[in-house]
Amino acid sequence: MFNKAKQDLSNLPIAAILLLFALVCILPFWLVLSGSLTAEEDIMAYGYGLFPRNLDFTAYKILANDMSRILSGYKISLIVTVGGTILSVFVIALAAYPLSQERVKYHKFLNFFVLFTMLFTGGMVPWFIVCRNILHLTDSIWALILPYLANAWFIFLTRNYYRGIPIELVEAAKIDGAGEYRIFFRIMFPLAKPVIATISLFICLNYWNDWWLGIMLIDNVDMQPLQLLLRTITSNIQFLSSAGNVNAIAQASSTIPSEGIKMATCMATIGPIILVYPFVQKYFVKGIMVGAVKG
Amino acid sequence: MKNKFMSFGKEINKNKALYSMFLPAAIILILFNYLPMFGLVTAFKDFNFGDGIFGSPWIHPITKNFEYLFASGSAAKATFNTIFLNLLFILFGLVFELGCALMFQELHKKKFKSVVQFGIFLPYFISWIVVGLFSYNLFNYEHGSLNTLLKLFGATPVNWYENPTLWIIILVIFRLWKMTGYGMIMYIAALGGIDTSYYEAAKIDGASRWQQIRYISLPLVAPTAITLLLLNCGKIMNADFGMFYSMIGNNAQLYSTTDVLDTFIYRNLRLNGDVGMASAAGFYQSIISTAILLIMNKLARKYSPDGSLF
Repeated sequence: MFNKAKQDLSNLPIAAILLLFALVCILPFWLVLSGSLTAEEDIMAYGYGLFPRNLDFTAYKILANDMSRILSGYKISLIVTVGGTILSVFVIALAAYPLSQERVKYHKFLNFFVLFTMLFTGGMVPWFIVCRNILHLTDSIWALILPYLANAWFIFLTRNYYRGIPIELVEAAKIDGAGEYRIFFRIMFPLAKPVIATISLFICLNYWNDWWLGIMLIDNVDMQPLQLLLRTITSNIQFLSSAGNVNAIAQASSTIPSEGIKMATCMATIGPIILVYPFVQKYFVKGIMVGAVKG
Repeated sequence: MKNKFMSFGKEINKNKALYSMFLPAAIILILFNYLPMFGLVTAFKDFNFGDGIFGSPWIHPITKNFEYLFASGSAAKATFNTIFLNLLFILFGLVFELGCALMFQELHKKKFKSVVQFGIFLPYFISWIVVGLFSYNLFNYEHGSLNTLLKLFGATPVNWYENPTLWIIILVIFRLWKMTGYGMIMYIAALGGIDTSYYEAAKIDGASRWQQIRYISLPLVAPTAITLLLLNCGKIMNADFGMFYSMIGNNAQLYSTTDVLDTFIYRNLRLNGDVGMASAAGFYQSIISTAILLIMNKLARKYSPDGSLF
């Protein structure tokens, strides 16, 4: 009892340092939230601060009024994230199965075929030319989904997990006359749930936060995913007023609160992630641990 | 020869269901990974979009794109910046991630642990674009939070976006801010794998906490650290484009310290339309990257036998 108390006390500096670091990590989120709730005049006069001098919701009101662009960004990001994650998990889980089976005579070659993409790449320019010139992959939802479908690292992660599943299960199913697809869907896929959940989470985050495919392959402003839209808004605030919808609130307050809108849009973008994060935090950490222990 | 071909056909036929499962991934990898590898020849071509990769004529002399590239001087600068900044990221990353993991291990209250983890991990969940806006909120000259703070204390505001040297520090700090949570998990996993009886025995012998870290934790976590270190060094020619694009963007005033190969290539490809220069830079980045990766993997294998990538 006494020992425990003593240990807790000596842990105090460590706890303080870590807590401080955690607070520093959260601080920018807080600053942007505060900025989004600060009246434009206050930002102009005093700049961004820890707390708004006067609580003001104008930026959010204008965003709500000019919702169409943000909503279309949301829609595209949602379709890409949900569709991309489901497709990608299937492509990866399916491909990893033959890689894990030694009875597949060419499994070593297939493994190398996947590994080689991690060792050597053509780089940005040839990739860009192939997507545009050969595949004609521009201004479509597919442009935002297809290039990320088969991630080599996730394929290996899944393969390693399958390797831990006893081969006897597969053999028994074969004797019972099950075909390979049946074995995959009834045995391998369900048994690999932990690793499937892990890569799903990672893939989902990759798609949601992606803007690279957008800047390379999307020319049509209306096709921009949410992250890219945020970039457009922050680097060029005029787009809101030029969108045709000069709204009453902005006119009433004579200046468009461009600073506040940047921060409010940012909050709208990270909103879903922040809401989901506490629920997935522990799975995510476990998932990385699975990834850290490689076979 | 014929025999070999027949056995190939037989194997494919026998396991056709299994091979068909690999097919979708194979197609994606061929389209987005293997085709671009052949596209590297554009570095030696006078590329135009009309004729495509293989239709465009060879450039004369064949090394012309490279001559332009190195004559410009900014490629050498970008190479230096890429390597220098990556080294800083790797070095400080190691110290921070390992340090945080070691401290984290010492905590015992579950609730407190998850609160700390929540904070440290949070930045990993957002995109670099959002981080770019965060940095704008902090460093903007007129309204930035930092200048607000400086004014509060009566100091003169700093024009952060005009000071290239300062951005080396800012980039390192933001890198640590965003990635420490992710990085420390590897070390927590490694530390968690250490047999607790080592620590118990050390405690009986009267070892202090510092001695336990020095003589048990650090040596046993070293293989993981070395592996991660070497593999990170293997990627030293590749900058995190998202970070630079979001935080620096097209601010030419900061190029002297922050222009990296990836931003240099992007700028020439997308903004200046100089495909020749971009593909020459990309070519030499790919080749050197692969060479370094292979060397580092060999070293990883040597220093921790099961710690290599392949």
